[in-house]
Amino acid sequence: MSDRNSEYDFKWCPGCGDFGVKRALEQAIGTYTEEFEIPRTSNVIVAGIGCSGNMVHLVDGEQPFGIHGIHGRTLPIAFGVATSRPDLNTIVVAGDGDFLSIGAEHIPSVASRNPNMTCVIMDNGVYGLTKGQSSPTSTTGQVTTSTPFGKMESQMKPLELYLSYGVSFIASHYSSKPKVLADFIVEGMKHPGLSIIHVQSPCTTYNNTYDILRGSKKDNIPGTAFIVDEDHDPSDYNAAVELTKKGGVPLGLIYKNQPPTINDLQNKIIKDKSKKVEDILSSYSI
Amino acid sequence: MTQKLKSKDFVIRFAGEGGQGLVTSADAMARAATGTGFYCQTFSTFPSQIMGGPASSQVRISTTPVLSNGDAVDVLVVLNQYAFDNHIDDLSENGVCIYNAQDCEPTGKGNYFGINADELAKESGNTRAANMVILGAVANLIDFKISSIEDFVRDRFSRGRENDDQIIDSNIIAIGLGVEVAKKSGFSVGSLDDPIPPDYEQIMITGNAALSLGAVSAGLDSYYGYPISPATTILVWMEQNLINKDKFVFQVASEIEAINNIVGAGFSGKKAMTATAGPGIALMSEGLGLAWMAEIPCVVVDIQRGGPATGLPTKSEQSDLFACMFPAHGDVRLPVLAPGSVEECFYVGELSVNWAERYQGPVMVMGEFSLAERSENIKKPELSKVLDERRNSDTGTNGFKRYQSWDGKLSPMPIPGQDVAYVANGSEHDEIGDTTHLPKHHIRLTERRFAKLSLLNDAPFEIINPNSDIAIMPWGSSKGVTREAYQKLVDKGENLAWLYSVSLNPLPKEIIDELKKKKIVIVPELNYQGQWSSILRMEGINAVSVTQYTGMPFKPTDLSEKILSKIKEIGV
Repeated sequence: MSDRNSEYDFKWCPGCGDFGVKRALEQAIGTYTEEFEIPRTSNVIVAGIGCSGNMVHLVDGEQPFGIHGIHGRTLPIAFGVATSRPDLNTIVVAGDGDFLSIGAEHIPSVASRNPNMTCVIMDNGVYGLTKGQSSPTSTTGQVTTSTPFGKMESQMKPLELYLSYGVSFIASHYSSKPKVLADFIVEGMKHPGLSIIHVQSPCTTYNNTYDILRGSKKDNIPGTAFIVDEDHDPSDYNAAVELTKKGGVPLGLIYKNQPPTINDLQNKIIKDKSKKVEDILSSYSI
Repeated sequence: MTQKLKSKDFVIRFAGEGGQGLVTSADAMARAATGTGFYCQTFSTFPSQIMGGPASSQVRISTTPVLSNGDAVDVLVVLNQYAFDNHIDDLSENGVCIYNAQDCEPTGKGNYFGINADELAKESGNTRAANMVILGAVANLIDFKISSIEDFVRDRFSRGRENDDQIIDSNIIAIGLGVEVAKKSGFSVGSLDDPIPPDYEQIMITGNAALSLGAVSAGLDSYYGYPISPATTILVWMEQNLINKDKFVFQVASEIEAINNIVGAGFSGKKAMTATAGPGIALMSEGLGLAWMAEIPCVVVDIQRGGPATGLPTKSEQSDLFACMFPAHGDVRLPVLAPGSVEECFYVGELSVNWAERYQGPVMVMGEFSLAERSENIKKPELSKVLDERRNSDTGTNGFKRYQSWDGKLSPMPIPGQDVAYVANGSEHDEIGDTTHLPKHHIRLTERRFAKLSLLNDAPFEIINPNSDIAIMPWGSSKGVTREAYQKLVDKGENLAWLYSVSLNPLPKEIIDELKKKKIVIVPELNYQGQWSSILRMEGINAVSVTQYTGMPFKPTDLSEKILSKIKEIGV
């Protein structure tokens, strides 16, 4: 988009983690589109409000469809798209404020229906666009513009929350390895049901967590990010819970199971019970 | 008894507690009457609870099409003391009250007689036939053909079960026992003229079912909703009926979800709808703003009840007009369709989904409790005449330029999967949907969003006697009763114009022209502020309201008097 539209006036800050997520998403859409031989326009990106929501305008190359909606409502908008048009590849892009604070009420309800869609959540632990307020994933005690004396609430644990709500595909990663991240996004797109790829995407202006994630060999400080063990069984719910309780940021597939999608279940009803308008009308005859 | 003149219509009311089969009784009477060519309209009122609480259900049976619930009650059936005390004042001068002798002792003198329906039901061999005993008594009082009631019973209980015959026989015996009691009482309210059966096919249907059916006939694809009185019946109807290939119905977690669901479905190329009541409209505010801004077809039905907040969930009020026409922050004025009869509910269901497609945006439909839940016999809609209008999605000529300037035409709205893509954007945007803050785009697109309303120019309207300087203009569910009140005034020699429009925004040009000519426009409406007359005054029209905010619909005679005193008060 940026190539052809000089009037679009939004920019991410230099070094923003969202650049890496953008590259991963572009690659994932390309791979998925080629593999399933669908038109590029059969991809729909549903974006939230915040820095990350601008992703929908910034993806390069041949354009997918997009909705840049309202704050906190990516899940219900995407649910409308994914259930009314199950042939489309529905993708949610949102940040931690949008998805986990104002929009958190929609996670349990949408997860319980298992619609076929893929969410890429960019977690930077701060409200960036409004200039640095505390978010659900800011750490307890963290000083932000809205918590000048330190954040008082406990820090939300999104991965545990997704697990307990029954999200059927959960992966966790960070923005610094776009190629690996792209593979997880593709896997999420292929998963028939609700996939969440939760990405640590640092904010270089208000909450620069690159060093915390990576750690420092020089100073002998371990990073919070760690690669998920090869022998982790993502189909084992208890193992997934254990993994998320370890603390830190696991990089890899956390959990995956295969409940039917809501469209699968509706299609079964349609097979047996479909109704013609003429017959419905006649049922009211005097 | 002296021979009475034959009547044109009777009102029969059943009052008691919720759960006593009051609605069933009124409905049975209505069905038996429509089966022999009469016209009927039912009306129920009950508290917001499942069982118990004071409730009533009535039917108006007429030889001509019914416009309202009517004034007084001709036959009142009361099942307990509370019902007697609270309804007896509504009994007409020659009306008769049947009371449940077990639970009620009438005070004062009048045309009352007691009936022990439970005991008589036992006598019929069917303890559950108390309603039938009462129905028999009612039928006798209005000289209604007993064979029609019996036919109705045969029809209703022929369900292909082993004991069908036994149930039918015992019900018919119960009806006979009721007839005998009424005969013995010596009372009668007269008899109805012979009906003039319509020469067209009819259906008997409620407002909400008609609205749902209209939308589905016009190709509704997707419905998402959340239970709320008095709109729940639309959700339930859709779950039971909108079942077909490529259709989707779902009960979601809130009204916030529902509005955003239909935004997603509308964007993806589908005709999408949700229905709610006032509290849901409040929650949908931001989503409706998004649909207006991003120009996404969808329909929101508001079945009004008393407000604000939880208000009066099962009562009549027309107080959501401001909230529906201007639901969102920013420069927004949504199209509003308000049906005035059960028949109009069907056509508004059809028109609303077609309007959303045609002008690429959200359409509001304003129903109301008393219209939503009442049954009426109406002309069977001709499905072959129902249109399934779809958005112009031809991307051949304008590429990805979804949001071009208005030039009397609307640039096409591509559907995902088609050749070229755009971003549907709730932020102000340029032609392809990218966010921009430039004044030129905000000016251009604000004007586009309002200008395209001119495409919505085919809603029905009525103009009668345009030569008068004084016009009566109801809206929505007060149409029928106002029409009846208007006729009373005209019959008395008042020179009044009648204006009515199913669309409140935009108003048809013909209606605006008439409104501007009037010295005064009187708007009967069920709210305190006079919401429709306020909006008309915004347009420079000299409008004033006759208001009522009791939680009940207007009554025709009472309304005609109020209109007359309003005219005198203004001194036109």
